[in-house]
Amino acid sequence: MASILAVDDSASMRKMVSFTLRAAGYDVEEAVDGVDALEKAQARKFDCVVADVNMPNKDGITLIRDLRALPDYKFIPMLMLTTESGIEKKQEGKAAGATGWMVKPFNPDQLLKTLLKVLG
Amino acid sequence: MSIDMSQFHQVFFEECFEGLEAMESGLLTLDMGDIDSEIINTIFRGAHSIKGGSGTFGFTVVAEYTHIMETLLDEMRDGRRKVTQPAVDVLLGSVDCLREMLTAIQNERNVNNASVAKHKKALEVVLNGGSMAEEPALPVEQEFASEEDSVNVAPDIVEEESVELGEQGWKIAFCPYLDLLKTGNDPVRLFRELNELGELTTTVNIQDVPGFYELDPEECNISWDLKVVGDISGDEIREIFNWVEGDCEMEIQPLAKAVKLPPVVKKIDPEPAAVIIPDNPAPKSVEVKPKVAETKKSESQDSDNEAAKTTAKASSIRVDTDKIDTLINMVGEVVITQSMLGLVGENFSMDKVGQLKRGLAQLERHTRDLQQSVMNIRMLPISFVFSRFPRLVHDISSKLDKKIVLKLVGENTEVDKAVVELINDPLVHLIRNSLDHGIEMPADRVAAGKPETGTIELKAYHRGGHIVIEIIDDGRGLDKDKLLSKAIEKGLVEENNLLTEKQIFELIFMPGFSTAEQLTDISGRGVGMDVVRRNIQSLGGNIEIISELGKGTTIAIHLPLTLAILDGQSVAVGDETYIVPLVSIIESINITERMLNKVAGKGETFRLRNEYLPVIRMRGIFNVHSGNPTKSKEGVLVVVEGQGELCCLLVDELLGQQQVVIKSLEANYRRVEGVSGATILGDGSVALILDVPGLVRFSIR
Repeated sequence: MASILAVDDSASMRKMVSFTLRAAGYDVEEAVDGVDALEKAQARKFDCVVADVNMPNKDGITLIRDLRALPDYKFIPMLMLTTESGIEKKQEGKAAGATGWMVKPFNPDQLLKTLLKVLG
Repeated sequence: MSIDMSQFHQVFFEECFEGLEAMESGLLTLDMGDIDSEIINTIFRGAHSIKGGSGTFGFTVVAEYTHIMETLLDEMRDGRRKVTQPAVDVLLGSVDCLREMLTAIQNERNVNNASVAKHKKALEVVLNGGSMAEEPALPVEQEFASEEDSVNVAPDIVEEESVELGEQGWKIAFCPYLDLLKTGNDPVRLFRELNELGELTTTVNIQDVPGFYELDPEECNISWDLKVVGDISGDEIREIFNWVEGDCEMEIQPLAKAVKLPPVVKKIDPEPAAVIIPDNPAPKSVEVKPKVAETKKSESQDSDNEAAKTTAKASSIRVDTDKIDTLINMVGEVVITQSMLGLVGENFSMDKVGQLKRGLAQLERHTRDLQQSVMNIRMLPISFVFSRFPRLVHDISSKLDKKIVLKLVGENTEVDKAVVELINDPLVHLIRNSLDHGIEMPADRVAAGKPETGTIELKAYHRGGHIVIEIIDDGRGLDKDKLLSKAIEKGLVEENNLLTEKQIFELIFMPGFSTAEQLTDISGRGVGMDVVRRNIQSLGGNIEIISELGKGTTIAIHLPLTLAILDGQSVAVGDETYIVPLVSIIESINITERMLNKVAGKGETFRLRNEYLPVIRMRGIFNVHSGNPTKSKEGVLVVVEGQGELCCLLVDELLGQQQVVIKSLEANYRRVEGVSGATILGDGSVALILDVPGLVRFSIR
């Protein structure tokens, strides 16, 4: 099953995301912010990254930009989770290399449906 | 798949309260003259996380509320709005309001709608007033209205074309830019999704693919003509291409009619969005307004109750992983020592005695370390309590028009969780006192040659097995003469009594004593200090005052580090052993029967330095008949203090001092008057721990 790196500074969101994905059979690793995520992503290769946008230390958009620069993550799907549904954030994320986005609040079913879109 | 979301609620609430604390301290440190954008960012992030989480976990009220805060903070963050003190105050109020809301939700009670509406209104006033940003605040309803939208949230305005002619379906010209693959998007995936909507036919155009030598495999050189057949709406098609919009050129046309359609990618315009506000919030809050005044009183009572309830309920604890690691390490050591001892015991011969002794010594050390590590788990930094005070000082000093800074020292000093929970109220009371009575008005301070701004220092440090918390202010200090005359006036002391300075200061702990000439709503009516002292003593601690007139006052609280272990003096009564908490012992005196005075109707007393103290015979109240009765002719009087009163316990002999682990009697047996718990002694027998304040009360009766 595909491996997913779930990045969120909010513990409850992180737990929700990883619990949902694990229950669906994915191999999930959690990271608390962009810095942590980058470290973990370099330690092993994930099939997909799901990252919150607004985080301390390193935000989701910078994380995606940094990850895209790594050869292993050039074509890996990366989704950003955001409450900022504004078009600017999405464009900024896309410019950084995000595959797509999910707008909070979302429920577990929507999360799985969206992941199915990129992972199949 | 259905997942029980309530399992994440506990984490969510804890996180929210942490977030609120961070927001609060951020708001309090904001300096109007020089706004630190990092602080604004932190505050914004707090609101943002709470909003995200509450939306996800279905607490719509909270999500709606934080949305307004977030909008406001976002504008401050971008520099679109100036940060002003009134705005900060409103935000602080909002933090309180959110805390109330979350507490109510956590305890499954109804949210106080009137209070929420009031704060919401205040926020909206700030948001709409002053320098308006270019776009109006987006109504909350828009974002939270439909859950289905949230994956997609394509804000594009779409005109629905109903095409009923001929074959139903869509013709799509899809021409990705070279970089499409670099965002992790894959045309194949899009096609798979289209195929789920209806029957898909793809035609590949490879005319743009360069020759082999120029080919860059990371670029997308192909374009497609697609045809989907089925009863599909234009929206469904657009949703699939939502993520690649901007990375490709595409055209979507209904199959039957080759009408020129408006381009799919239509930039959103904030104006129309604002027009579809279903329910303008302004009139709503106007409606609520009259209620606010009526409910104001009950509301504040509610919140007090809430606070009380939460302290009683809190049951989980967050432990540093380091602490757990140490613990596991220790257990490992114990296991190793145990197996080593096992090996020694298997073929034991006398020449192995040395090895055995070494092993036992090691086991002892490890057990002690293990005990230490386990106790450490319950230890929390005192900052859990201290962090609430900057807000308190901020609010009260502005209410009193005083200039006061609060200095926190030693916030990382650790103390037992139970102490942390119970020390809050006494500290609040003491700090309020310092703010109200201690620090003078700025003008008075200047006149007294002091800096205009007063300082209150809250300091915590370890000393011995205790934690000491000091509240130091540089205010007016306690006036001994005034205290004394007040006490005489109230009949608390006799006029010609000579009291030491310390005794005079102690007077403020007497019930019904208040020194402020004018009572204010800040520090109340003097019902406090005696309660404060009683609470601290019930935690096994004590409180003392050092003060110099005109210079300031220091109040020092000594508390045991933990409530699970107690320093005790074991005493023998017949064959029984009892434990007297060491903190409550003043002195012990060897006496004979003859030194006690019988007072008619009052039992026995003992004259200690011109003072008659009541005597409690331990044999009598605990019904001990064993042991040598002649021994009771002489014995030891242990003078103990509880709730400011002295009394003597008559025991057979003093045994020794030791640390004892407190076991609750109530949990294992039932409550017994005069006993606060039990412990197990080295020989396996049970010893009762005396409840000194309880015994003192008993002796007075």
